Amino acid sequence: MNIGRRHTTKAFPWRRSLWIASLLTPALVVMVLFVLWPLLSAFRLAFYEFNGLQPTGFIGFENFRKVLFEQPYSGWTWNALKHNIIVFFALMVFENGTAFLLAYALLKALPGHRIHQVIVFLPVVLSAVIVGFLWKLFLHPLFGLVNQTLALVGIGAIPWLGNESTALGSILFANIWHWLGFPTLVLLAGMQRVGKEVIEAARLDGAGDYVLMTRIIWPLIAPSVTIVTILTFIGSFNWFEIPYVMAGLTGSPGGATDVLGLYFYRTAFGSTTTGIQDFGQGSALAVMMFIIVAGVTAIALRYLRRREIEL
Amino acid sequence: MSTVVATREPAELLKNGAIQLMLAINAVIMIYPLFVMVMSSFKTNAEIFSSPFALPAHFSLANAERVWSETNFVRYLANSVGITMAAVTLILLFSTMAAYAIARYQFRLSALVLMFFLSGMTVPLKLAIIPLFIQLDSLGLVDSYAGLVLVYVAMGIPSAVFIMTGFLRTLPRELEESARMDGASEFRIMRSIMLPLARPALVIVAIQNAVPIWNDFFFPLVLITSDNLKTLPQGLTVFIGEFTTDWGVLFTGLTLAALPITLLYIVLSKQFISGITQGAVK
Repeated sequence: MNIGRRHTTKAFPWRRSLWIASLLTPALVVMVLFVLWPLLSAFRLAFYEFNGLQPTGFIGFENFRKVLFEQPYSGWTWNALKHNIIVFFALMVFENGTAFLLAYALLKALPGHRIHQVIVFLPVVLSAVIVGFLWKLFLHPLFGLVNQTLALVGIGAIPWLGNESTALGSILFANIWHWLGFPTLVLLAGMQRVGKEVIEAARLDGAGDYVLMTRIIWPLIAPSVTIVTILTFIGSFNWFEIPYVMAGLTGSPGGATDVLGLYFYRTAFGSTTTGIQDFGQGSALAVMMFIIVAGVTAIALRYLRRREIEL
Repeated sequence: MSTVVATREPAELLKNGAIQLMLAINAVIMIYPLFVMVMSSFKTNAEIFSSPFALPAHFSLANAERVWSETNFVRYLANSVGITMAAVTLILLFSTMAAYAIARYQFRLSALVLMFFLSGMTVPLKLAIIPLFIQLDSLGLVDSYAGLVLVYVAMGIPSAVFIMTGFLRTLPRELEESARMDGASEFRIMRSIMLPLARPALVIVAIQNAVPIWNDFFFPLVLITSDNLKTLPQGLTVFIGEFTTDWGVLFTGLTLAALPITLLYIVLSKQFISGITQGAVK
């Protein structure tokens, strides 16, 4: 039976090794050059002073000190960080909360549920640039669809993106419209795995919708909730495209929509208004964002996983 | 028993009605903005401002003609098609090769190599953009198709290797063994026997990578500066800057930019959904 195999392994071991190596080489080379090396450098470069593209000297934690404690940088950093945290909690409540309700509605598999799945996922496949611009036009104070609709019921023109109090919320709305289908279908898949038998058994025992949802489905879909929570966190801290398109590079108005992604990009690649460009401080910001995302993900994974195991 | 059924059924109907209503409202919120976008692309500016909810008076293609003749839109579209196809092809090629080696052969470093690829899945490459930019600059690849494609390939390989390794491991050994006894070369076994069986996994990997690459804005924004090399999402920002007050043209640009992927999605919605949620749904 194994003659063929022995033939290749024993008679020509070098040929076999060469064959395996040649299969692995292209992927490994790309990974080392464009993932491993840049990632390791990212940590190193945060400790250097820069002149344009060239690191000019090791300066210890100076870049970190500046972005965290020296005005005006520190003000921008904390302002952006605060918004990222708000974005995360807002998305957890409004996006994932809605997604949970929709998933539960879709779980019933009433007539038309498949077409509803396709519809809720449609914006997910569009570019954030398209979604951002579309909603920017719709939110225009005078001619936008939103205010034109509100005018029908007698509500006056609101400058959604121009008001400091409404700008971040408006951008979040566009983001939720864009992504809602993703957590919806992930949670739905989690609910479907609970299995009809379990749900029917609970129903036979007299469990109503509320009990079914809180006592059976919610605990059993813990793995899906974990994934959705972590992806929302990563998404919130990498948030860039929709704010860039809708509020511009400086998070207008007056930094009310500034987030770490925008601030990082401005610092590293220069803003058209200030002309500051600093790879050292940019690297320090990137390292901090990496530590926040990786650290919180690791802690959350441990904490949320415990909830799964307890079952 | 009969009383229970009698009291339950109207309640059940009411509940199902409420659920259908909720789904219907959600569907309107999802679809109506896109509907307005498409309808507005046929309208003149005056029509959009004065009667935003009405259907267009004429289904005029005047806006589309302006997008065609006055902007670089077609060029952006072609760039996006080329870059996405090149990147996805290389991801499929390199990842399948590596996954095939890991899944079908036993060698000493196999577990370590797989670990290396898997750890790449957790790296947010956006945050390494500064060293990546310096790296590409030193290779002369900033502001070129090749640089952008290589970044996408690097981003796509880890999860593609993960999916392909998992899939290739499930294929039965017997096929391979009998071909080997017939004297087929290792390459032929891979190319003619194993890979045709891996087609469903290849489709998932292709979609999972094609959609974010097609839609990406961040990497072109940093790496591409020549107008002739810009991708569709990036070109859209240029184009919108030029036509800020001409809403008919703007809506047309957005509609045309959304059109290719929307049509594909309508045809392949099942594959799109499983490809994009792959990883979050086990």
